[in-house]
Amino acid sequence: MSTTLKPIPGNAVSRFVSDGAVTTWRNLMKIIRVPEILLFSLIQPIMFVLLFTYVFGAAVVIPGSDYTSFLMAGIFAQTVVFGSTYSGSAMAQDLKDGIIDRFRTLPMSGAAVLVGRTTGDLVINTLSMLVMMGTGLLVGWRVKSSPLEFLAGVAILLLFAYAFSWVMAFLGMSVKSPEVINNASFLILFPLTFISNAFVPSENLPTPLRVFAEWNPVSALVQSARELFGNVPPGTVAGDAWPAQNPIATVLLGVAVLLIVFVPLSIRKFATISR
Amino acid sequence: MAFIEARDLVKTYSPKGSPEVRALDGLTLEVEKGSVTALLGPNGAGKTTTVKALTTLIKPDSGSAFIDGVDVFAEPQAIRRMIGASGQYAAVDQNLTGFENLVMVGRLYHLGARVARQRATELIELFDLVEAQNRTVKGYSGGMRRRIDLAGALVIRPPVLFLDEPTTGLDPRSRIGLWEVIEQLVNDGTTVLLTTQYLEEADRLADSISVIDNGRVIAKGTADELKASVGGLRVAVTVVDETQIDAARDILTRFGTGESAVLNGRTLVVPVQEGPVALAAIVSAAATKGIGLHDAGMRRPTLDDVFLQLTGHAAETEDSETESAA
Repeated sequence: MSTTLKPIPGNAVSRFVSDGAVTTWRNLMKIIRVPEILLFSLIQPIMFVLLFTYVFGAAVVIPGSDYTSFLMAGIFAQTVVFGSTYSGSAMAQDLKDGIIDRFRTLPMSGAAVLVGRTTGDLVINTLSMLVMMGTGLLVGWRVKSSPLEFLAGVAILLLFAYAFSWVMAFLGMSVKSPEVINNASFLILFPLTFISNAFVPSENLPTPLRVFAEWNPVSALVQSARELFGNVPPGTVAGDAWPAQNPIATVLLGVAVLLIVFVPLSIRKFATISR
Repeated sequence: MAFIEARDLVKTYSPKGSPEVRALDGLTLEVEKGSVTALLGPNGAGKTTTVKALTTLIKPDSGSAFIDGVDVFAEPQAIRRMIGASGQYAAVDQNLTGFENLVMVGRLYHLGARVARQRATELIELFDLVEAQNRTVKGYSGGMRRRIDLAGALVIRPPVLFLDEPTTGLDPRSRIGLWEVIEQLVNDGTTVLLTTQYLEEADRLADSISVIDNGRVIAKGTADELKASVGGLRVAVTVVDETQIDAARDILTRFGTGESAVLNGRTLVVPVQEGPVALAAIVSAAATKGIGLHDAGMRRPTLDDVFLQLTGHAAETEDSETESAA
């Protein structure tokens, strides 16, 4: 019989890095081969920036600030949160297509598949952030903080997006079809991003919604970005809730919790799933 | 110990809102080194579940399995270094080219970039995909996808190959092409476990056939042994008008030596003692009763008949196995 090919020498770490690189490459190739995915994930935030600026911008009055400056942090947060759902639908699609079955019969790291997925989606999210920032600058948004704070703002948005990708990847492996992820995430994330301080100041909301908005992690994310970009309207009074008072700590804590819970959960899930 | 050995595999599923399904119900299987064993059975018999268990995709509720002495369920990663698996649906990345798919698999077997590319080139040639190698798999025909999927299973030249319904859904020409490829592999000494619902496929490719139904092996042997175990000649008739099938069945039962059975829609088959006499009697009785026949003939038992005799139902059914195997 012809000789079976043997693996090149390597330890667990180098194997993991190599497997992660190969699966990330695979996910990024999909973007190159199916550019519509990236195109739509870029067009939507541009559309949101323009729609909100020109449609609501005239009607919503933010004391001490123009609406665009107020709005951009909200759009950034909404876009990265929705962008992360792609990790879920892509996992569900791979499961359905049998690619996951193929990976699971190979002597590779299952965790690397998930790292490849979430990292690839982080790249997409970073690209859409850049496009949104360009669009924001064109319609009058300005960063009014130091470069370091600005970078911290970008980092916190992407960090949250990355952690949220792991949640979605887990959900993507738990549902029967990619459509479920798309529909369910729309139903859950739309209210979550809207009942927040993303598009309107939450202090003006009716009490139940205001309380929800103050505890809403999306609000904390928006507030963090707004602070770090220097876009908080002067005279804004933060809500009484702890997350509203400490948005950056809330987001970092949230990211830590999501990663601690969903990274092991996803890896364990991956080791048992099959079409 | 056989090269592949599975003992008393049990796997149950509890789909929401429906009763528990016993996909594997004490399945025991042995495959000798360098042989081709076919798991033959209808959809839902447990073929795919067996392959999934042996390729480390699922863990059974109980039972044990060893490949070349390695415990499949305790050391899945060691098993993955010695098997190749090709599924019922081509599990290749649609958005990568054929060549890229094979390189990716090679990299994930940790062959290193150079060897992975070299091996991909070899396989592309072996599977006659040179022209298509730089096109994305999305544009491949069904037969080409199967070939690239099978090629993916051969990247490390594994000593053990699992093929789950390798030709299901393929047109006859692609099917024969794939058979030829599999036959070449077998000549190289690869041990193959394949599942099929096509008796012809098992007959052509396999040294040994295990007939499987309801999650158990109900008979095993070579194709000839299985046919001999059923014995005797068969008379098969095909009626013109489907509504006359019951009347035709009565006639077959009267002149046959056993149960008559409907093979597919309008074709009936029955075991007989003295072939020519029984055939003449059946044809003349049908004519008397005014039952039009498209076709009537005698034949040696096929694996179809074996299956029919063993399970009481025909081998090829249309409902999907994926439900029970999910």
